[in-house]
This record gives sequence, C-alpha cells and structure tokens, in this order.
Amino acid sequence: MSDEVAVPPVDEHARVERSGGAGSTWGGRLAAVRGLGLVGVLVVLGVVGVVTTHGRFLTGGNLVNILTSSSIVGVVTVGMTFVIIGGGIDLSVGALVALASVWATTLATQSLATSYGAWVMVFCAIAVGVGSGLFNGILIAYGRLVPFIVTLGMMVAARGLAQSISDRKTQLVTVQPINAIASGELFGIPLMVYLFAAVVAVGWIVLNRTTFGRRTFAVGGNAEAARLAGIDVRLHTALLYVVSGLCCGIAAIMIMALTTTGSSTHGDLYELDAIAAVIIGGTLLTGGRGTLVGSILGVLVFTTITNLFVLNNLPTEVQNIAKGLIIFAAVLLQRRGRASSA
Amino acid sequence: MRTRGFPPPDTDPAGAGALLSVDGLVKQFPGVRALDGVTLSVRPGEVHCLLGQNGAGKSTLIKVLSGAHTPDAGMIRWRGRPVAFPTPLAALRAGLATIYQELDLVDGLTVAENVFLGHERSRFGFSLRTKGNAEAAALLRRLGHPDIAPGRPLGTLPAAGRQIVSMARALSYDARLIVMDEPSAVLDAGEVDTLFRVVRQLTADGVAVVYISHRLDEIRQIGDRVTVLKDGRTVAAGLPARTTTTAELVRLMTGRTVEYAFGERAGPARRRELLRVNGLGRAGEFADVSFTVHSGEIVGLAGLVGSGRTEIVETVYGARRPTTGTVTVDGRRLRPGSVRAAVRAGLGLCPEERKSQGLFGEDPVYRNVSVASLARYATAGFVAPARELAAAARALTDLDVRPGDPRRPVRTLSGGNQQKVVLARWLVRGCRLLVLDEPTRGVDVGARTELYRLIRRLAADGVGVLLVSSEIPEVLGLADRVLVVADGRVVHEAPAADLTEADVLDLVLAERDTSGWQRANQGHSAVVPHDRSEEPT
Ligand SMILES: Nc1ncnc2c1ncn2[C@@H]1O[C@H](COP(=O)(O)OP(=O)(O)OP(=O)(O)O)[C@@H](O)[C@H]1O
Ligand SMILES: [Mg+2]
Repeated sequence: MSDEVAVPPVDEHARVERSGGAGSTWGGRLAAVRGLGLVGVLVVLGVVGVVTTHGRFLTGGNLVNILTSSSIVGVVTVGMTFVIIGGGIDLSVGALVALASVWATTLATQSLATSYGAWVMVFCAIAVGVGSGLFNGILIAYGRLVPFIVTLGMMVAARGLAQSISDRKTQLVTVQPINAIASGELFGIPLMVYLFAAVVAVGWIVLNRTTFGRRTFAVGGNAEAARLAGIDVRLHTALLYVVSGLCCGIAAIMIMALTTTGSSTHGDLYELDAIAAVIIGGTLLTGGRGTLVGSILGVLVFTTITNLFVLNNLPTEVQNIAKGLIIFAAVLLQRRGRASSA
Repeated sequence: MRTRGFPPPDTDPAGAGALLSVDGLVKQFPGVRALDGVTLSVRPGEVHCLLGQNGAGKSTLIKVLSGAHTPDAGMIRWRGRPVAFPTPLAALRAGLATIYQELDLVDGLTVAENVFLGHERSRFGFSLRTKGNAEAAALLRRLGHPDIAPGRPLGTLPAAGRQIVSMARALSYDARLIVMDEPSAVLDAGEVDTLFRVVRQLTADGVAVVYISHRLDEIRQIGDRVTVLKDGRTVAAGLPARTTTTAELVRLMTGRTVEYAFGERAGPARRRELLRVNGLGRAGEFADVSFTVHSGEIVGLAGLVGSGRTEIVETVYGARRPTTGTVTVDGRRLRPGSVRAAVRAGLGLCPEERKSQGLFGEDPVYRNVSVASLARYATAGFVAPARELAAAARALTDLDVRPGDPRRPVRTLSGGNQQKVVLARWLVRGCRLLVLDEPTRGVDVGARTELYRLIRRLAADGVGVLLVSSEIPEVLGLADRVLVVADGRVVHEAPAADLTEADVLDLVLAERDTSGWQRANQGHSAVVPHDRSEEPT
C-alpha cells in the first residue's frame, strides 16, 4: 500500500478496471494487463532483434526456431501453471523429464517398441511422468508434507534414478516414428510446435472452462474456504501434481524426438525456467490467481532473449543476467498490481 | 497515558478545537465512488460514532484517514494542520491508530510480537524479547485480559482474543485517536463491556475514539456524537449520540423507515426430522451434544464466544472430526469428518470467519457464489459461464448485494456485503439444512431485517436452519427452539418463546469457565436488548 503514493490513484484504478472488464470475458481478468505488458516486451525484443541482427531475426526460419525451442519447456510450464495457481510448487519437473526420457529409451522399452509400435515408448514416458506426479501428489496432499520439500526430494531422487538406469550414458532412440515428431512439418511448421499449441489449448480449456480449473483457483486462493464449500481439496491437490507429471511425460517424448536420445541430463534446470515463466506471466506464487496465456508469453520472452543473444554472439553469462533482471522487474510489477488493488 | 499539549485553536471555525477534521473527502474505486464528499470532525476525548449501511464508505473513510488509501480530493486536518499520511506507519507515528475490520495480524508470531509489529522493542537491531513481553502483558492487563500470555502464538487464539491483541497494538502506539472498525462484531457481551471500559479510560485521558458499529444500542452506551454516512456522503454530522432516536438514525442511514422485525414464525405443519445429532463430542472442545433439527425449523445455539458453539456446528458439518457420537441426516449416518458427505446430504455452512474460511478474495463475486454448485452449471466437467453468471446474479439481487456487479473481485465488497455473498453460495445450491455461524456479523440494520426475513422464508420453504449468534435477542427472535451452550455442553433446551434474554444470560454466565483465555468477570450490564428496545416514533 505504502509504495503507491507516487502513482495517481484514479488512473491506477481506471487502468485496472478497463483491463478487468476486457479480461473477464476471456477469464484473464486482472492478469490480462500483464499479458498485454508481456506482449509489449515481446514487441520491444522484436524491435531490438530487427535492429541488431541485420535481418536475421525477422525471418520465418528464426521465428519458427523460437517457437520450437519454446515448445518443450512450454509444455512443462503448462503443468507448472496449474500447480502454482493451485497453491503449490513443483521442483521436480526437470528431473521427471530426464527420468521419463531415460525409462522410455532403455533397450527393453525400445525393443518392445520395435515389435509393438512406438506407442510403447510414448506410453512409458507418460506413465513415468504421471506416476511420479501421483507420488508427489499423494505425499503432499495426504501425507501433508510441504510441496517444496517433497518435490525437492523427487528432483534429486528422480535424477539419480535416471542416472542409475542409464548408467549415465546417453541412450539413442532407434524407433523411427518418435524421431519423426521432430522432423515432421505441416505448412512449414514443425510438428513440435503443433504439439505445444495443442497442450496449451487443452490446458487453457481445462483451466478456464472446466470445474477442475475453477476448483484449482479456489483451492489455491483459499484452501480452507474451498474445503468448507465441499471441494475435496486433498484429491484436487494430488491431481495437480499428476497434471504436472503428465506434462513432463509429454515434454520427455518431445525432447527424445528432438535430440533422438534419452539421457539423465535432459531437462536440466527446467524447473527454474518454468517457474520463472509462470511468475513473469503474472501468476501469484501464493496461488489463487494467474493465467496460462501469461505463462506462455513468459516462456516466449525467455526464448526470444536467448535467441537474440545467440544471434548477436553474446556470452551466455550476460544472457543469464538479463533473464534475472526480467524476473525482478516482473515481480516488482506484480507487487505493484496487488498493492494498488488492496 | 500522558496528557500532551493540544495544538493552538484552529483558524477554521468549523473545525475549531477539532483533533481531526475532514472536509470534502473523495475516493474513487473502479466503478464505485466509495467516498463522495465526506465531512467529519472529531474532538479530543470524545467517542465519535460512525454509522452507515453496508458499503456506505465507513471502512474506506478510515483507511483514507490512516494512510492506507490515498484520497482523490478533499482535506484532512490533524491537530489543526493539513496532512496526507503517506503510509499507515506515518499515521501511527503521528498518533492516529486504527483497528481494521478485517484483522491484520500474523498467525505465526507470538502475541507480543504482533503487538509490537513494526515498532519492535529493540536495541542496536536486536529485539528485546523480555521487554516486549512485559510491555505487551501490561497492555493486555489494561484491556482486562491478563490471561492472554504474551508468548503465545497468535494462531492459537480465538477470534475475540485476536481482537484484543489488535487493540493492544493500537494502544502500544500511545495514540491521540484510535479508530475502531466494528470491534464488537466478534466480541460477546462481557467482552464488549471490557472494551467499553477501556474506551472510557482512554477518553478520560483525552484520547479520541472513532467507533464503528452496526449495533445502535452500543452507540447509545458509549458514543458522544454521531456522524452518519450514506452512499459515501455525510448526511448528518455531530448528532448527539444519546438523544437522537433510533428511528431518526435509521432513516438517515437508509433513507427510509425500517421496522425491526423477525417476521412471522412458520407453523409447525409438515415437519420431518432432518438432522439428528447424537452424543457428539470432541476431546477438549465439547461433549455429549444431542439435538435434532426438523425441516422448516430454526434451531438456535446461544452462548458466549468460546463456549463451543462454532466447534459444535462445524463438527456437525464435517469440518471437524468428532471423537464420539454420530450425525444423521434423513436417517442416514454421515461419514464423520467429511465436509463433502455433509454437502452431498444437503448441508451448507456460512462460517464464522468470513475472510479466512468463506471467501476466495481474488476471485470475482460470481465464482464465490457458484463454487459449491459448480457441477450444476457444467456438462461433462465443462462450465457454462452464462448459466453460472445468471444464477449468481439472481441470488445477488435476491440478497440485495451492493454493488451488484457479479464480476468484481469479492475482496472489494464491504464487509456486510461479503457476508451476503457467502449466504448466496448456499442459496444457489439450494441446501436442505443451512448452518449459519454469526450470519449477521457486520450486517447493517436494514440488511439485517432482510436477512431475518430470508432465513424465515427459507424455513417456511422447508429448509432446516442451525443458527449460531452471539446476539441473544437475535437467537430468541429468530429461532423456534434454543439450545443454550456453555463450556462445551448444552445446558438447556427450550422453545424460544419460553425463554427471555435474562434466562439465557443467567444460564450462560452460571457455567462460564474461569480457566482458559476468557475471564469470568463481567456482569450483564452491557447487554441491553437490541435496538428493539426503542420503539420507532
Ligand atoms: N479496494 C476496493 N476496490 C474497489 N471498490 C472498493 C474497494 N474497497 C471498498 N470498495 C467499495 O467501496 C464502497 C464502500 O465500502 P466500505 O468497505 O467503505 O463500506 P463500509 O461502510 O465499511 O461497509 P460495511 O458496514 O459493510 O463494512 C463499497 O461499495 C465497496 O464495494
Ligand atoms: Mg466496513
């Protein structure tokens, strides 16, 4: 409240109102402002790209590139958005991607896949993701443990399990249909991007149009009130981690296709990228408020920055500094938004 | 408290000698002009009451005064000088302390830490715990609660205890003016008495108090002058609190005359047993509670705050797991400790603490209303927002929630209107047994009458109602049958018509427990019958 004096209050509220009015139709509500803000950031980044890269930025190839490299962490971010809106956090996503990719590419799985079809690998990756998510969820919801600790444990354990299964070796994918996911294109756009878009679309519908999505907001916003309103808060919480695990399974398939390998080093630091994207997308870390569109814009902002740095041959250290600054800025903005409407 | 020098007389004749004077204050929120030219003048050493319907702008006014909101226009003079407190802390330092309607305490800290939050007793940056604890204990003693240990975690205190702690916090700043936003809403009769004693002590020391309450009888007891707000404007300023008639006050607040009535009781026709509670108990909270509720019947639980009423109804509702006993609805036993089972069987609860137990503050009003009946507006899990919105809007109109826009975040509604939103939740679900824990807390006179009518109407439609209220006249006026609860036991059961307020008080106080955080000291002088005592002229 206190740091708000400098801002003319009338304007502040008028702005919030306008966006609230427009956003509510799309279920975006207040966070829609930030969505627009992020679109602005993307535009600025685009302009920077055009100016600094001598026409290498604004080519179809490069834009597709950005989308493709957003797609895997983007899918993970969809699950993360559910978990965070529901009042939790999932640190294990990167490790789950690694574990699922390793499990789905063991000799045993791949030989089954050669005789019964690539679906075996897909099924295996998803089952690993969902299973681990369920494990997280049960410990958190029914064991009443803190999400941070449980998923931290899972992060370490899953990565370790992936290392021991693969013996720290990179496992090559020999089943062709899997690799085709990465190489396939439709209208010049890789299948990966379509897959990403499909996950986002389904996620958006579930979050904004179904009872499950509604309850996610309720549970994250006020768990006690949700319980007293007759929502099965524990079951719902557990399911949120299953959703996150499912997204990790899908992401594992995509990374196997893109790199044609399964490896215990896949998905390194995805948890940080995904959490950062969710936060700069305007979702409250404490739960109860947020949008999927914001998270996805967050992912795109990060990938675009990386892309610009690569095109300009700048060192990754500088790139990380820039990302960090963006996170600070976003969180400050978030505080502001909350303070003014308190 | 020390007496300090007062500022030189004001040059402005209207605010002459005023400690605080406010003129033409305006505060605009999106879509609502919460304050639209408010005038207020508070003298040192007086109790100035602020009256107004839900949403009239009382809380907003005091938030602007305390620096929590920035005004859009208008003048605030504090001790003769124009001021604009940039932050609540600045206001506190200048001697203006506020006790907010929605308490803002930190559960994880101790009582003493909460009291001195923001101005911790420290030296060279190291907190002096012993000193803080000793000073907090002194403040609590002054408030009549030496039994609240300063080292106790705040989260373990009941609502009334928290209220006391937040008063101690206001006192700790050595304030010249203390603003209290509905402090009595969570207190029982005895504690209101203590509160008034403290207020009188303060005013005797020259401290001014701005007192907000929807209970007109309190205004009469403690108030010196009254300012009435309506729709963000001052409609009457500085009326004498003791001699202005209730009818006049109500007319000023509502713009119409409201007769204070509980409505007709429904006949005893076509009653079926709906709820049967048998030998229910929870270790350390209550024991051996048995009663029934029939369809169309209103059963009231009377008793003091902390006597176990809330625990009993929450256990019936499945929010707490009983250690003994059973709850049966329509002859079928409910799974113990399962809210879902209770809701499926047709129960609904409006919980005692609306903010922490009832509301999803970030969500728009309509989602707060529909949350318990989402499945109804959904096909195969897909919600049809139009149907949902329409149902919510209808319930909001029914209850006259203002502003009626179902899309605004529920946290921007005034306290009384938030209460109605929680009630609307169960109206749209259409439950068969409604559990109401302090349903009129923070609800204004006019809306209260409407709520009473509504509860009666629901009962007439065959809904069973289990009602908890700290206002004995309300229980007696509304309920068909009354259970008197004291110290975790039902000590008496009788038709409401056979009981008087004095009977209930005697029963309640006779059993009052001397242990725990509550004291058995106060007499019943504070409990004047509700403003029915004065007939509108
Ligand atoms: N942060 C906010 N944003 C938007 N509108 C608000 C906000 N706070 C209050 N309002 C609106 O301002 C009006 C005045 O509210 P306020 O809380 O001051 O009422 P009140 O007189 O204290 O009522 P009650 O007796 O119910 O507590 C209401 O219409 C309310 O909806
Ligand atoms: Mg208020």
